[in-house]
Amino acid sequence: MGEQSLIEVANLHRRYGDVHAVQGLDFRVRRGEVLGFLGPNGAGKTTTMQMICGVLAPSQGTVRIGGVDLLEDPIAAKRQLGYLPELPPLYREFTVDEYLRYCAHLHGLRKHAATKAMQETKARCGLQDNGRRLIGNLSKGYQQRVGIAQAILHRPAVVVLDEPTVGLDPIQIREIRELMSELGNDHGVILSTHILPEVQAVCDRVQILHEGRLVLDEDLVQLSKSQRPRSTRVKFRRPPSRTALTGLAGVGRVESLDADTLRLHHADDDSLAERIVTASVAGDWGLYELISESRSLEEIFVELTFGEGRGRDEQNPGTGT
Amino acid sequence: MNILNIAARELRSLFLSPLSWAVLAITQAFVAYALLVKLELFLQLKPHLPGLPGAPGLTAIVVAPALKAAGMVMLLAAPLVTMRLVSEERRSGTLSLLLSAPVSMTDIVLGKFLGVMSFFSIVALVILLTPLSLLTGGTLDYGLLASGFLGLLLLIASFAAAGLFMSTLTAHPAVAAVSTFGLLLLLWNLDWAGTGAAEGVRSLFSYLAVTSHFNALLQGVVDSADLIYSLLMVATFLVLAIRRLDAMRLGH
Repeated sequence: MGEQSLIEVANLHRRYGDVHAVQGLDFRVRRGEVLGFLGPNGAGKTTTMQMICGVLAPSQGTVRIGGVDLLEDPIAAKRQLGYLPELPPLYREFTVDEYLRYCAHLHGLRKHAATKAMQETKARCGLQDNGRRLIGNLSKGYQQRVGIAQAILHRPAVVVLDEPTVGLDPIQIREIRELMSELGNDHGVILSTHILPEVQAVCDRVQILHEGRLVLDEDLVQLSKSQRPRSTRVKFRRPPSRTALTGLAGVGRVESLDADTLRLHHADDDSLAERIVTASVAGDWGLYELISESRSLEEIFVELTFGEGRGRDEQNPGTGT
Repeated sequence: MNILNIAARELRSLFLSPLSWAVLAITQAFVAYALLVKLELFLQLKPHLPGLPGAPGLTAIVVAPALKAAGMVMLLAAPLVTMRLVSEERRSGTLSLLLSAPVSMTDIVLGKFLGVMSFFSIVALVILLTPLSLLTGGTLDYGLLASGFLGLLLLIASFAAAGLFMSTLTAHPAVAAVSTFGLLLLLWNLDWAGTGAAEGVRSLFSYLAVTSHFNALLQGVVDSADLIYSLLMVATFLVLAIRRLDAMRLGH
């Protein structure tokens, strides 16, 4: 067990009656890592996060937070935990200051330490000027910030955020993303989201959940390598013969899409585009469009999670109206 | 420490809610009404009292019925105050804050009970002021007053614990309130079940009813059995509430 593992989830199961919502998850989150949870609605993201935070008891399996077993010693484990549920847990009749002070006390911060933590956190979340306002009167975006402030107030080693950017405007989303990347420097962060660019913007690692199972668990660096272009779409005014194209070093198969559009399949190769242009000029093929096609995270996501669902929908186009 | 923290938040939330102020006002108005009616009776009886051996005094005729009236108001008021304790937190999602914080289920339940009891103690003290106002024109039997007040406090504590437990059963405050009211009404009138039955059965149901213990204290009889009855009831409902919160994490 590496001491850098802040969260260790082993063989985690959760059943709701007959529904097997989470089916045997295993993963770890290290310090300084931001893990993004992706998955369609009902994939088990929220259930998993609730189990990590002790809000829901697992049907089977273990969760360790900073090396402490959540089931054996829940209080010690939860001391290292900050959690923002899907619905921010706010008391609407309290002011921001009153609420944050209560949260600080709950996590064992006393008078002076609580005041200091509150000031730092408010500054971090852009709430400096809202301390005396009633939470119920804040806009949704600010309420979300108070929810995030509550989760990071006591500087927990592990921060779990369930859809933290829902309902925010684009500027707020940018600010919250910056905050999350910043958190990733010295905490272990898990966040769930539906927004794919968000994962690419802030996460170090992405996990795609589908029907309670992990279908993808990969570093984003690795992922972007595997996303390197594997095909190139080209349009010529005067298309050359196929043999001329396959004769180019690196080109495998040539597929014609329509009259003047061709797709060249090739291995991962940076210099192919250059060779196509050179050959086109030399042979006067009249190249006027060249697009490197790469698989986006979205395509991977859809392929892993949506394939069967879409198939079913297409078979029954009349249903659901 | 966390118990006090949770209790303080609960008390603060109660005072931020208009419902609690309405409960305070209506309780006070009804107790004042009961006191005035009984005071009128006392003034009518007053000329005949000195001739009677062992005649009841001002406290027995006026104060004890007023405290009993306060107990009756609590039958309705307690469910309204306790209904939101857990159900509202479940509904608005704030329960996750407590469940993911380093506090035990026992801390949560005891904190909430202490918070709501602080509120009810304030209610009871304000009720107590009404009989004390009689001091402006007469004297009171302080022993009888103290035992009656203790009776009221114990009654409220049992009601609060029952209401807290009922509030853990549902995410709808109104459902919690109605269920608590039904339960309290049953406990209040449990002695009906024994009427017409054999002596043993009758005394059993009469013992189980909250009224018999409350009435004894209102009459100035301080019996440890009555105190233990109330404490047992509080303990039972609090343990049930803790078990229920634990089970909530396991269930669905």
